[in-house]
Amino acid sequence: MTHSPIDRAALRTPPGMARRIRGLSDRTIAWIFVAPTIFLLLAVNIFPLIWTIRLSFTNFRVNRPNNAVEWVGLENYRRILSDPDVWNTMQATAHFLIWTIVLQVLIGFTLAYLINKKFRGNDLWTTIIVFPMMLSPAVVGNFWTFLYQPQIGLFNYVVSFFTGIDPASFSMIGDVHLAPWAIVIADTWMWTPFVMLICLAGLRSIPDSIYEAAECDRASKWRQFWTITLPMALPFLMLAVLFRGIENFKMFDLVVQLTGGGPGNLTTLTSIDLKREAFEKWRTGYSSAYAVILFVSVFGLASIYVKALNKVKER
Amino acid sequence: MSFSVTEPSQRTKWFAGILVIGYAIITLVPLLWIIATGFKSPTDSIAYPPVVVFEPTLEGYVNLFTDRTRATEQMLEEAGPPTTWYEEIARERGTVITGQSRFGQRFMNSVIIGFGSTALCMILGTAAAYAFSRFRVPLKDDLLFFILSTRMMPPIAVAIPIFLMFRNLGLNDTHLGMILLYTAVNLSLSVWLLKGFIDEIPVEYEEAALIDGYTRFQAFYKVVLPQAATGIASTAIFCLIFAWNEYAFAVLLTSGTAQTAPPFIPTIIGTSGKDWPAVAAGATIFLVPVMVFTILLRKHLLRGITFGAVRK
Repeated sequence: MTHSPIDRAALRTPPGMARRIRGLSDRTIAWIFVAPTIFLLLAVNIFPLIWTIRLSFTNFRVNRPNNAVEWVGLENYRRILSDPDVWNTMQATAHFLIWTIVLQVLIGFTLAYLINKKFRGNDLWTTIIVFPMMLSPAVVGNFWTFLYQPQIGLFNYVVSFFTGIDPASFSMIGDVHLAPWAIVIADTWMWTPFVMLICLAGLRSIPDSIYEAAECDRASKWRQFWTITLPMALPFLMLAVLFRGIENFKMFDLVVQLTGGGPGNLTTLTSIDLKREAFEKWRTGYSSAYAVILFVSVFGLASIYVKALNKVKER
Repeated sequence: MSFSVTEPSQRTKWFAGILVIGYAIITLVPLLWIIATGFKSPTDSIAYPPVVVFEPTLEGYVNLFTDRTRATEQMLEEAGPPTTWYEEIARERGTVITGQSRFGQRFMNSVIIGFGSTALCMILGTAAAYAFSRFRVPLKDDLLFFILSTRMMPPIAVAIPIFLMFRNLGLNDTHLGMILLYTAVNLSLSVWLLKGFIDEIPVEYEEAALIDGYTRFQAFYKVVLPQAATGIASTAIFCLIFAWNEYAFAVLLTSGTAQTAPPFIPTIIGTSGKDWPAVAAGATIFLVPVMVFTILLRKHLLRGITFGAVRK
């Protein structure tokens, strides 16, 4: 069927009236409606991206506008990829990414599974659990530094209450061993509900009839979980991982407020490092190349992942 | 109650309920702690062990909204006895209020930029979503994917050229600049969500309207818009929450006149060290509206956070 609704409507009415119905042609209206959006996105997204790529081949520095801008070719890229500090931030990002995803998937899926048991008042409690992820990460991250204070912080107090460790003896954001975990804990607290919500949708999409059939076949609950629940919820789970992966690869606000990248460079995730290069050291050309590398990695990893996701969905 | 093999047993329900409620309470503790700290005195806020029962005071809120200075004898004489309750609170600490702090203005910036960008985003987004939903737009799928992919870029990565561009256009640290920027960032979400909502409205309604002699525009705003009202409202709340919470662009592109609350709240400091009750008071005022919105949104949450990929 190639006729659009308006064509069909027009065909069914007398010619004189048809012209009046049309007024502006659909084509014109479509353009009027879409153009402003596309224009704004080009101006604020695509134009800057092209500019970034251009800058990445130069030695331009924003704070020295009078210096001659030289074309340096791939020099910036070579320096970034051979810089051990950059690889350290990549490692910090990987640690953060992997552990937040593992914890959030485990806790989020468990919660969704339990909520799906449809106990009384589950809607209310779901809404309450969702609160943290809707809040401003910067404001909440800033407050977590208070919770993590040695001695007076609530987090340290609770830990010492249950383990007997002196609450003044450890500092979650000052200690080199604990700081990478401090950001994982805060992020998990904040974003587990996100994974939970998506998993819940996945679990609710499984029709009861499949479980009924399994009951008839005398499949154990354990078996039902591994052969029905998990495989059918898997595409949703993978979608949640995709969203969390992209978001945490870009992570800036929560962590920068929580640890500021310290102690040393231990929790300096790539976005924080990029911000320092671009807006504190003002190495514009260098940081543009850095930005391009990040963007290509996110885009590349996401595309590979989406392919895998589609394969799982087809099964 | 009808018997069903798939209905969980009462015992399972109890067990599941207790675990979920337990998690919910633990997850609420940091939020309740923020709210409670806002009403504590500075001494209570850093007491060890942490105090749960305390005498509430509005000192944090007074400190949040005012600038104060340590009072000398002479100043106290000149000022006379305190006339308002907030001056009284300041006097008890041996300070006098010298004026308003910048928090009120930063909060208003958040309101202006949040609502401004949401309104603009909804106007542009609804139009584009309608066109994508109803018309044959050339390269439709590519355009839709392009719109989505703009969200994958780390904000810091695009911030460099946007910073340069804004500087050349004189948009750095202006409300207009931030409104345009947040509109662009939110457009991807709003177009995708709204397209989903409009797709669900049967085309027959418009066809009927067109046959009755409505023009396309009339059919759009008299038939489609009212039908899509709930969808538009929930999309708007998502855009508002995003603009409200955004930090990375705000901290890089604003510093004074157009600075929003998220970069400002962490910078609040007291006379001796960090004034946590004031920070908590600011956070409370800033976070509570979002919690209210979350309750309003609960039916559409899933759709919003997955760009309409999961619809329940």
